Amino acid sequence: MKDETPQEKVARLGRLRRDGGVLHDYQAPRWDEPFIMEQGSPGERGVLVPLAEDDVTAAVGEAADYIPEGMSRAAAPDLPEMSQYQVLRHYLRYSQMTLGMDLGSDISEGTCTMKYSPKMHEELIRGHKAADLHPWQDEETMQGLLAIVYETGQYLKSISGMDAFTLQPGGGSHAVFTNACVMRRYFEAKGELDQRNEMITTIFSHPCDAATPMVAGFKVITVMPDENGYPDLAAFKAAVSEKTVGCMITNPEDTGIYNPQIDKYVEVLHEAGALAFTDQANANGILGFARARDAGFDACHFNLHKTFSSPHGCEGPATGAYLCTDELAKYLPVPLVTKVGDNYHLDYDRPESIGRVRGFLGNWMGVIRAYAWIRTMGPEGLKEVAEISVLNNNYLDNLLMAVKGVSRPYAEGHRRLDQVRYSLEQLKEDTGVGTEALRDRMVDFGIQSMWMSHHPWVVPEPFTPEPCETYSKDDLDEWAAVIKKGSDEAYADAQFVLDAPHAQPIEQMRRTEAMEDPKEWAFTWRAYKRKILKQK
Amino acid sequence: MADKPFIHPYIPNSVPATKEAMLDELGLSSVEEIYAEIPDRLRFKGTLDIPPAILAERDLRRHVQGLLDKNISSVDYLNFCGAGCWQHHVPSIVDEVINRAEFVSAYCGGEYSDLGKYLTRFEFNSMLGELLDYAAVANPIYDWGDVAGRAFRMARRITGRDKVLVPSHMSPMRLMEARTLCQPEAMVGSTKLRFFEWDRDTGMVDLDDLRTKLDDSFAAVYWESPGYLGTIEAHGAEIVKIAHEHGALAIAGVDPITLGVLVPPGALGADIACGDIQGLGMHMHAGGGCSGFIAFRDDDPVFAEECPLELYTVMETATPGQYAVAEALAERTSYGARDQGKDWVGTASGLWTIAAAVYMAVMGPQGFKDLGETCIARSHYAAKLLGEIPGVRIKLSPSFFKEFVVDFDGTGKTVAEVNKKLLGHQIFGGKDLSAEFPELGQSALYCVTEYYDQADIETLAAAVEEVTA
Repeated sequence: MKDETPQEKVARLGRLRRDGGVLHDYQAPRWDEPFIMEQGSPGERGVLVPLAEDDVTAAVGEAADYIPEGMSRAAAPDLPEMSQYQVLRHYLRYSQMTLGMDLGSDISEGTCTMKYSPKMHEELIRGHKAADLHPWQDEETMQGLLAIVYETGQYLKSISGMDAFTLQPGGGSHAVFTNACVMRRYFEAKGELDQRNEMITTIFSHPCDAATPMVAGFKVITVMPDENGYPDLAAFKAAVSEKTVGCMITNPEDTGIYNPQIDKYVEVLHEAGALAFTDQANANGILGFARARDAGFDACHFNLHKTFSSPHGCEGPATGAYLCTDELAKYLPVPLVTKVGDNYHLDYDRPESIGRVRGFLGNWMGVIRAYAWIRTMGPEGLKEVAEISVLNNNYLDNLLMAVKGVSRPYAEGHRRLDQVRYSLEQLKEDTGVGTEALRDRMVDFGIQSMWMSHHPWVVPEPFTPEPCETYSKDDLDEWAAVIKKGSDEAYADAQFVLDAPHAQPIEQMRRTEAMEDPKEWAFTWRAYKRKILKQK
Repeated sequence: MADKPFIHPYIPNSVPATKEAMLDELGLSSVEEIYAEIPDRLRFKGTLDIPPAILAERDLRRHVQGLLDKNISSVDYLNFCGAGCWQHHVPSIVDEVINRAEFVSAYCGGEYSDLGKYLTRFEFNSMLGELLDYAAVANPIYDWGDVAGRAFRMARRITGRDKVLVPSHMSPMRLMEARTLCQPEAMVGSTKLRFFEWDRDTGMVDLDDLRTKLDDSFAAVYWESPGYLGTIEAHGAEIVKIAHEHGALAIAGVDPITLGVLVPPGALGADIACGDIQGLGMHMHAGGGCSGFIAFRDDDPVFAEECPLELYTVMETATPGQYAVAEALAERTSYGARDQGKDWVGTASGLWTIAAAVYMAVMGPQGFKDLGETCIARSHYAAKLLGEIPGVRIKLSPSFFKEFVVDFDGTGKTVAEVNKKLLGHQIFGGKDLSAEFPELGQSALYCVTEYYDQADIETLAAAVEEVTA
């Protein structure tokens, strides 16, 4: 292979030439690393803990004397006994076997707005002025943090057109739950909770828009799409009655199609005395272009870990921003951050509040990052973010619609904003390779596995890329080339794709009955040893 | 300046030539043509009320750090406040691992591409299971108060009964969160919270009152150990027994860092345990370091089936000894079943579970034992010194782990006054309990962990003596 030409090398490795680059000849790290529970040896220590001083012990005696009878642990927990370097090495190996967003291309993770989380922000939140604050500290000693939270709230108010905010929720779904509770409190205060117990959502809105009102005690009505992919307006109108609490819907929905009649839906609700909430987890395509309040909504939310750059951290911790009108503000959870003169305060004196959705103050690491991100974008930059997200999405759409087996249901002739829900139904019919198989093949090119769709799959064999402003033109070309490669492979040798992955840390999973069968599932190593390895 | 294109390092395609090339591909002259999908009446035509961009990284760093520097941290001052968020030492190796770009940036990548994330999650569940003595641990979310509420709802679904009995000295903050989840009682399907008394002398539960209040209509009995007021509960096994006699589940709320020295809830026979992993390697982050767990019995599948949080099982591949980890029973979550699911799941607190995995691995059984003994010894030393100050009294049972109630009534000063003055000594005093527990008078909940040594404690005692004099 010494004298191999680049073309020959491409032919040998199966790499695709395309304008401006090639697919990565990727092999994921494979460490074959035993579980940490199987490592170490008795007596090893990973970190030493301070011991009580002799004077202290002399003054108070033995610790065991203060433990109530029968409450001293007899058998030590069966934890690893391992030296520090070996623990570090183990978890670094695990980190290497995690593609994440920074290594992979998270265009794949639509509806999640996986954008670059600037590294400078991490330095900000790791310093002791952010990391080592106690939530019950006197507010005078947290003025910097409170200023950041308050000002971020002002920016989000401007972006949404709303009047009031809370940054207490610990994630997007949590903010959506907050909405269900605020609406509940609103009608409780009006004495209408007996009468109103139905919340309306749509099938293309996030599952939390259906699940959280259920938790809040409401009956949930789900409206299906019409031929344009919008929630059917006639069905929506039919669902609204004197029993309606409100709606919890997305726009654009998972399809990426902007519903041009969204204000009409809100009007229908308001005429019935109900409230309207819009789930703006994905606001990336509309920043500075459209505001929830301008469409008549009473409340909305944002995910600071999506649109506003805070990283996802293996699924949290995250921050949900909830915003609402003045009319609903009195129901927001306590405490609220307020400003009087030059001083910032935590306001607990809100007798009509729903109480709390989260302890303490919230995950304000995310707020610090969002603040920094908004400040480096400014008003002009936020619009640029939206524009480029939309441009990227349409550019990628152009490439994907040229791939055999890919289709894009609904609203022919209309452009999508920040994301698109595609279907691989044709590919599956032609080759047997569907979205799950392609998902497990694309990772062999160093591209993050694609997130397909929320359930139920209204669109068959779905996938939903979201190429936000983070990605370069080359990134988009590469992502489309991976899908094309998968399609080409499926039509040439479907079994090869169905056997994927081929370049990952492990082979295809087996023993899938463990996902459902109580005799097989093992949520811990202890359970696995007992059930499967039959060890004591 | 105004004509200069906006090219941002986080937006590669903001370069005009690139943008133009992409528009050319699409046959468009501007992105505005795509935005025509939004009707004119819904378009925002104003300018966002946001300050102009701070473009250079150096300038932005200076600006935000400047704001943060106005904070006073628990590194700047001595901190003796806990009350649900505790200052324990975070080993450097924990921060090193969770600050890896792969972990910081990962989201919901699949079982192959994000294998390391899933393996770590399984190890976290396994090690926390050892601490708690359970074979089933779910993926943590938000915080203790939230998972307490979820555990109550879980018990309601399992038993078909709609009332939960909780001690009236349960953490008021956690109670507020749980109430939000349990709904107003007027609503159909609400979970009703009822209360049993606590012993004002010891801070433990009042077993007689528990026996009086409990009947066969309750889904569960809940208790906390150590309780919010710091006391290690002596009656865990008895509470379990009483609950089971009435067909109710026993739910224990625990601080897992105590379990190197205390009997774990699984061994007490609790059906479900919940609590917070914040102490296991998380910085406090003004409360953002919290993350609530649920663990439960694995001998009856109904617990897993009704668990509202994500569950992960270990899997195998064709190669012996090669493991994978995948979500189990996914159809029962809100992602699988929308409003027919068990409560809801969403972005939770994944990075904190990685931190806790590293923490538990380096601590090992001896680390937890040492830490427990140090917390008990030093907190009692602090209580002893504070209790010797004229007018200051230590309340409740001496069975506490790291937190204890300090009564300032005899000093004629309020906790608020004492704490304000302690700031002058660069000390954060204990949590003011006077509003939450008026029956305790002007009392504060003090917290002393392994983080602070003898000298720090003596500094505290001298300062308290001075400000109460």
